[in-house]
Amino acid sequence: MAELTGKYLVGVYDDDDTVLHAVPKLRKSGVKIEEVYSPFPIHGLDEALGHPRTRIGIAAFMFGVTGCCCALTLMIWTMGIDWPMIIGGKDPISIPNYIPITFELTVLFTAFGMVTTFFISNGMGPASHFHPRFDFRSTDNKFVMAINMGSNAMSEDEISRALRDSGAEEVNIKQF
Amino acid sequence: MASAHSIPSIEERFEFTSGAKRNLMIGGAVGLALVLVGAYLAANGGGGHEVAAHGAEAAGHAGAEHAAAGHEAAGHHTAGWIKRIWANLWVNGVYFTGISVIGLFFISYNYLAQAGWSAVFKRVPEAMPAFLPFTGVIMLLTFVFGGHDLFHWTHAGLYEVGGPEYDPIIAGKQGYLNTPFFLGRLVFYFVVWYWLWKVIRNLSLQEDEIGGTEFYEKSIRFGTAFLVVFGVTSSTSAWDFVMSIDTHWFSTMFGWYTLASWHVSGLAVITLTVVMLRDRGYLRAVNKSHLRDLGKFVFAFSIFWTYVWFAQFLLIYYANLPEETIYFIERFSGYEGYYKAPFFITLFLNFFFPFLVLMTRDSKYTPSILKVACWSVIIGHYMDFYTNIMPGTVGSEASFGPLEWGFFLIFICAFTWSVASQLSKANLIPRNHPMLEESLHHDIA
Repeated sequence: MAELTGKYLVGVYDDDDTVLHAVPKLRKSGVKIEEVYSPFPIHGLDEALGHPRTRIGIAAFMFGVTGCCCALTLMIWTMGIDWPMIIGGKDPISIPNYIPITFELTVLFTAFGMVTTFFISNGMGPASHFHPRFDFRSTDNKFVMAINMGSNAMSEDEISRALRDSGAEEVNIKQF
Repeated sequence: MASAHSIPSIEERFEFTSGAKRNLMIGGAVGLALVLVGAYLAANGGGGHEVAAHGAEAAGHAGAEHAAAGHEAAGHHTAGWIKRIWANLWVNGVYFTGISVIGLFFISYNYLAQAGWSAVFKRVPEAMPAFLPFTGVIMLLTFVFGGHDLFHWTHAGLYEVGGPEYDPIIAGKQGYLNTPFFLGRLVFYFVVWYWLWKVIRNLSLQEDEIGGTEFYEKSIRFGTAFLVVFGVTSSTSAWDFVMSIDTHWFSTMFGWYTLASWHVSGLAVITLTVVMLRDRGYLRAVNKSHLRDLGKFVFAFSIFWTYVWFAQFLLIYYANLPEETIYFIERFSGYEGYYKAPFFITLFLNFFFPFLVLMTRDSKYTPSILKVACWSVIIGHYMDFYTNIMPGTVGSEASFGPLEWGFFLIFICAFTWSVASQLSKANLIPRNHPMLEESLHHDIA
């Protein structure tokens, strides 16, 4: 999610089932929905919104491979080549000894890499100061749908009516 | 949007067709023919890697190995090919016992966790332990008639103080490793496992007819009882069936290791059966999410097996105590390096292949990929038990020929027959299971 600017229509729903059924109905009538905020994950919402599938798994695999290679390089270079050491009567380069650390670094790189990727791609890093709040109740008991007026061709009235028809109990306007 | 899916009918009955029966008969017959050909070849000095040309050399080598391991095989006069037959029966017996009992293990921990997702295909693991009497009888007969060829500790001379074969280490284990106690344990495992399965199976069948939650509650109690029993017997049976073959050697990881091996192969069999039933038009109520979770199970537990395998290996490798490392030396370089190939094939089939193939999300619910991965695990764990059991029993006379393929094929066909006939005895979906509704709507998108 890059920059959120402009004017937004914010639909507030009371029930997760209502919002789940409202999404395809609204999309069918031509409304472009930016995002839905919910206090808990709703099964099937991602598909209903038409969000593309996350690619974080690919990133995770890449980070894992990087971690694995870094660990092996570090150990083979330091323990086996630069300053060969015999520990426990084993060869300086003895792969079985390196497996636990290789595993740990693979996991570490994957975990840190994924969190960092997630923060960066969502603009949630420490440097980002812009946190749009459409409705605070989306962290409590309401389900909040954000519609960017800038990317919608329909008029405000039409969308507002469509939101109410689909079960929204409030429709607010939010300007950033 | 689980609610939008249309749920296929839950009233369906598996039909064990005469065509399927015929195919299994043919498979079994081919297996039997392979066994006969293999036995003939082995008895006449062909087919094995111990062919006459270097037979003497191999025997000398094996003698040295055995002496090093403290396995003075005095009194071993049985021909190699007969030993091979006993060892093959034992390998398959142990392996298929494990797969069968894992069916009950799976059901039990799902009951204990009050898991809902697995209810829809619950009849598949439920059908597996019916094979236990078959493997039980085979293992009992193998021990009674071939025990001397398989288990070094059954030789009476080892326990005669001052005798030429006296072995103080093995004599020290006599309290546990003696024939009456071993036979008692062997019978105990099978009786208790089978009895608990029978109880849980009957409760499940009654639930199908009568309904209500009473049977579910009872099943939870019996499932928990089984888990307590299996918690102990899975380890002790692993020591008895596999570890006691290398009598001097011991590993505190071994119970876990064998359980991990049994568990992942049992899960692979469950997954494969579900996928194959779906291919034949049954179990349409099993959706992508169920398959994906089964795929995750196989993926996760093939890693778990590797973890336990490696934990056992690393400790022994690092500590470098001769009485422990002999186990891996026998498999790495002993017997002219014969076991090196199965040793590494095991690792490849059980870890690298399923790990890489099942890693992506989509592959976990793609039937063709699941089938390949499951077969890899099933064959891989056969190889696992092969590498565990063969060096200590047949040693340098081992081979991988028609005898091995034949026995494996016979056991696969018999096991499939047993599962199929159990499946045909009841509605394929437990229609009154209290968690069925949750299972039908299982969605992990």
